[in-house]
Amino acid sequence: MIERSHHDMGGQKAGKVKRTEHAYDDWELRVDAMMMLLVGVVGGSKRMTVDELRKNIESLPPADYDKLGYYDRWVISLTQTMIQRGVITTDELARKLADVEKRGRR
Amino acid sequence: MADARYRTGDSVRVRKAAPLGHVRTPFYIRGHAGVVERVCGAFPNPEELAQQRDGLPAQPLYRVRFRQKDVWPGYRGSAADVIEIEIFQHWIEE
Repeated sequence: MIERSHHDMGGQKAGKVKRTEHAYDDWELRVDAMMMLLVGVVGGSKRMTVDELRKNIESLPPADYDKLGYYDRWVISLTQTMIQRGVITTDELARKLADVEKRGRR
Repeated sequence: MADARYRTGDSVRVRKAAPLGHVRTPFYIRGHAGVVERVCGAFPNPEELAQQRDGLPAQPLYRVRFRQKDVWPGYRGSAADVIEIEIFQHWIEE
């Protein structure tokens, strides 16, 4: 079995913590808003729990977990959760991503 | 709601386990002994909530106080330093 999950890193050796604030990009604010809607903090209809968000973040491969930013992890995790809950399908997501990519290349 | 088995001041130990799934009990505190600082109430079990289930009955949650020098080998701070962690009842043994 797995002894310690990668994300569970309390007490492990680490570098200095950067104690500076930074401005959020628009997409990060949108991801935050989306999460608030999905867990029902606002809007009232609950589509997932914050524990599912955490579970799917914790399931990221260690190299990705380390490389990705805070809201990168959120958007991947909430998308994964929507697939697990049947709100969207993998196929729909793949086609939509292809559409968006095409739009971006124009 | 599951009954609260422990009270403020009780000596407890965190279970030493490494299951799969979503776990809120930090790895570094598993197996360590502390004292119940307060009973925080009872909440749906996050291990179940993470898997699309309702997490009921609600599990009592305790704030447990540990001595830093017991938790970290070679701790160089004051011997009086403590860390408090909220632990669900099913992760606690006497």
